[in-house]
Amino acid sequence: MADNNVNLEKNNTQGEVDLKKHKAPMTGARAFYLFKKGLLYACITLLAGVCLVPFYLTIINATRSGKEIMTSFTFFPGDQFMTNWNTLFNSINLFRGMWNSLLIALPATLLSAYFSSITAYALAIYKFKLRGPVFTITVVFMMIPGQLSLIGFYQLCKELGMIDTYWPLILPAISAPGAVFFLRQYVLSILPRTLLEAARIDGGSEMYIFHRIVLPLMGPGIATMAIGGFIGSWNNYLMPLILLTTDSKFTLPLLMSTLNDATDVAKSQGSIYMGVAVSVVPIIIVFCFCSKYIIGSITAGGVKE
Amino acid sequence: MAKAKKESAPKTVEVKYNDGTVVTVDPSKKGKLSKRESTGYAFIIPYVIAFCVFSVYPVFKTLYLSFTQYKGGIGIKPQWVGLAKYDLTIHDPLFWKSLVNTVRIWGVNIVLQLGLAFLLTIVFIDIKYKVKGLAVYRAIYYLPNIIAATSIAFMFSSLLDPNYGTFNQILTSLRNFWVVIYNHIPFIHDIMHESGGVTVRLFDYMRPHAVRTEWLGSSKYCASTIGVIQAWMWFGNSFIMLMAGVMGISSDYYEASSIDGAGRWKQFTKITLPLLKPIMLYVGVTSLIGGLQMFDLPQIMITKTTASYMSIRTVIMYLYQFGFGQNKDVGRAAAIAYVLFFIILIFSLMQFIAMRSEED
Repeated sequence: MADNNVNLEKNNTQGEVDLKKHKAPMTGARAFYLFKKGLLYACITLLAGVCLVPFYLTIINATRSGKEIMTSFTFFPGDQFMTNWNTLFNSINLFRGMWNSLLIALPATLLSAYFSSITAYALAIYKFKLRGPVFTITVVFMMIPGQLSLIGFYQLCKELGMIDTYWPLILPAISAPGAVFFLRQYVLSILPRTLLEAARIDGGSEMYIFHRIVLPLMGPGIATMAIGGFIGSWNNYLMPLILLTTDSKFTLPLLMSTLNDATDVAKSQGSIYMGVAVSVVPIIIVFCFCSKYIIGSITAGGVKE
Repeated sequence: MAKAKKESAPKTVEVKYNDGTVVTVDPSKKGKLSKRESTGYAFIIPYVIAFCVFSVYPVFKTLYLSFTQYKGGIGIKPQWVGLAKYDLTIHDPLFWKSLVNTVRIWGVNIVLQLGLAFLLTIVFIDIKYKVKGLAVYRAIYYLPNIIAATSIAFMFSSLLDPNYGTFNQILTSLRNFWVVIYNHIPFIHDIMHESGGVTVRLFDYMRPHAVRTEWLGSSKYCASTIGVIQAWMWFGNSFIMLMAGVMGISSDYYEASSIDGAGRWKQFTKITLPLLKPIMLYVGVTSLIGGLQMFDLPQIMITKTTASYMSIRTVIMYLYQFGFGQNKDVGRAAAIAYVLFFIILIFSLMQFIAMRSEED
C-alpha cells in the first residue's frame, strides 16, 4: 500500500489540488487515482461485510426450517420463525438467562463504578502513607493474568459458602484495579483543585464534596469504564461455569452453552440459530445506539500510559 | 466540620506536596491521623478489603495449593507435597502439547489480527486517499468483539458444520459460479489456464465435491479455524488501538513532512512505523496474555468426542480438567496455572526486549 512510487503520487496530489481550485480535466493519473480510491473503499467495505454477514446469516437461518438450512443458503428470510422460536423456548428459556445475567452485570457494574471512583478519587487527591503502596499493588495486579487465581478463587468461594450464588460474581467488582487506574488518571486530568478548595471553604464535608461535586464531574469517565465492565460481566463464561450449578441460576452465556444438550433444539438447526440470534440481536441493537461510548472505552484503558 | 476548620485554622500548617496536593496538618495533634488523611483511608477501605479478599488471597491460595496433593472434596485437607506437582507438570507431554496448541491458535490469530489492523490503519490515515466514514467502519469492525464468545462459538459451529453448514454451501456456490465463468468466458479461461487452472483447484482443495470440509472436526484445519475466528473477533479492537495511537498527531506530521518534500515511503518508515510500534507492542503483549488463557471458544466449539480435540485443547482447558473435571487434582491445576504464568511472563519480556532492541 505504501510502496507506491513517488512520481505517481506527486501527480495525484497535484490533480487533487487542481480539482478543488479550477475543476481539472479528467487526466489519466486522476482516473487512476479514483480507481485506486474506489478499490480501497471496496476492500474496507468487503471487510465490513465479513464482520456483518455471519450475524446476518444467523438471523436469516433462524427463520428457516432445518431442512432448508441443510440444503441451501439464502439471504432472504424464511417463514419458520415461530416454529424455531417455540422449539427453542420449550426447552431453554433464554430470557431467564438474560434476566440472570442482568441480575449479575447490573449490580456488579454499579458497585464497580461507585467504588472505583471513590478509590480513584482518594488515591488521586488525598495524601496518606499507604497511598503509594496501594497504588503500586493495584498496578501490579493489573498485570497478573486472571486465570492464575482461578483455582484459589474457587477455593475461597467454597470457604465462604458462596458456591452456586451470585455473590462471587458481583462482589469482586468492588475492586477493579483497571478501572481504578484509569479513573485516577481521569481525576488528575479533569478535576480542578481550586474547585475542591472552594467547596471546602464553603463548608462541604468530604463526603458531600465527593458525591455532589466530584462524582458528577467524573461522569463521562465512569460511564466509559462502566460500559466496558458491563460487557465483560455480561459475556463472562468461565466464572459462572465453575461457580453455578443450578440450571435456574444459569447466566445467558452458560445457558447458551447448553443449547446442544436439549435434544429437541439440537435436532433442529433452525432453533440453534434462533438461540444465537436471540442472544446476539439485543446486543447489536444496543451497540447501534452507543457504539461511540463503547469504542471510547477501549482506548481509555490502554495506550495513554 | 466547617466551623471546626475555621476555628482551628490559625493552629494548622498547610503542607504542600509536590504534586499539588495540599494537606492541612495540625501540629498539636502530632501522631494522630489528620482529618483529611483519615478520609482518604475511609474512602479506599472497601476497595482494599475486596481487593485483598478477591484478588490477593486467591493468588496466594493457588500458590499454596500448587504445593499440595488435594482432591478437592469436603473435609479432605490438602497434603503438602512440595514441588511434586510442578515436576509432574513440567514432565507432562500433554501439558506441553496443550501449550503448543494454544500458541498455534494464537499465532494464526495474532498475524491476521495485527496484519489487518495495521493495513486498515494505513488506509485510514493516508492523506492521499482521504478515506471517509471512519466512525461507521470502526463500529462495524468492532462489533464482533462485544458479542459473547459463547454466542460466537455456537454461531460458527453451526455455520461451519461440515454437512449442512452455510459456509460450505457458500463455498460450493462460489466454486460453481467460478467454474461457469471459467468455462464460458474465453478471456478469463485463457488467462487462468496459463496458471494451470489453479483457482478451481483452490476451491476444490477447500471443498472437493464428495468430501465435506471439516473446519472444526479435523485436526488439520481446526487450530487455524479457531485462530481466524479469534482474529475476526479482535482485529477491530487492535485497529481502534492503532488508530488512537496515530490520530491527532498524524495529519500535522504528514502535511509538514510532505511540504518538506518527504516521499510516501519515507513518511511511512519515518512517521507511521515509529508511531505504531509501541502500540503494536502493547496490543501484542495484551493479546499474548489473553491468547495463552484462551478457553471459551475452543471449549464450546470442540467437544471431547471430536477428533480434533487433542490438537485444540488449550492450557486453560487442560487446567480446567484437573481443577473442575471428573478426576480432580487441584494441586496439579494450580501448578499448571503458575507454570503458565511464568511462561506468559517470559514471553512478554522477550517481546518487550525484541521491540526495544529494534528501536535502537
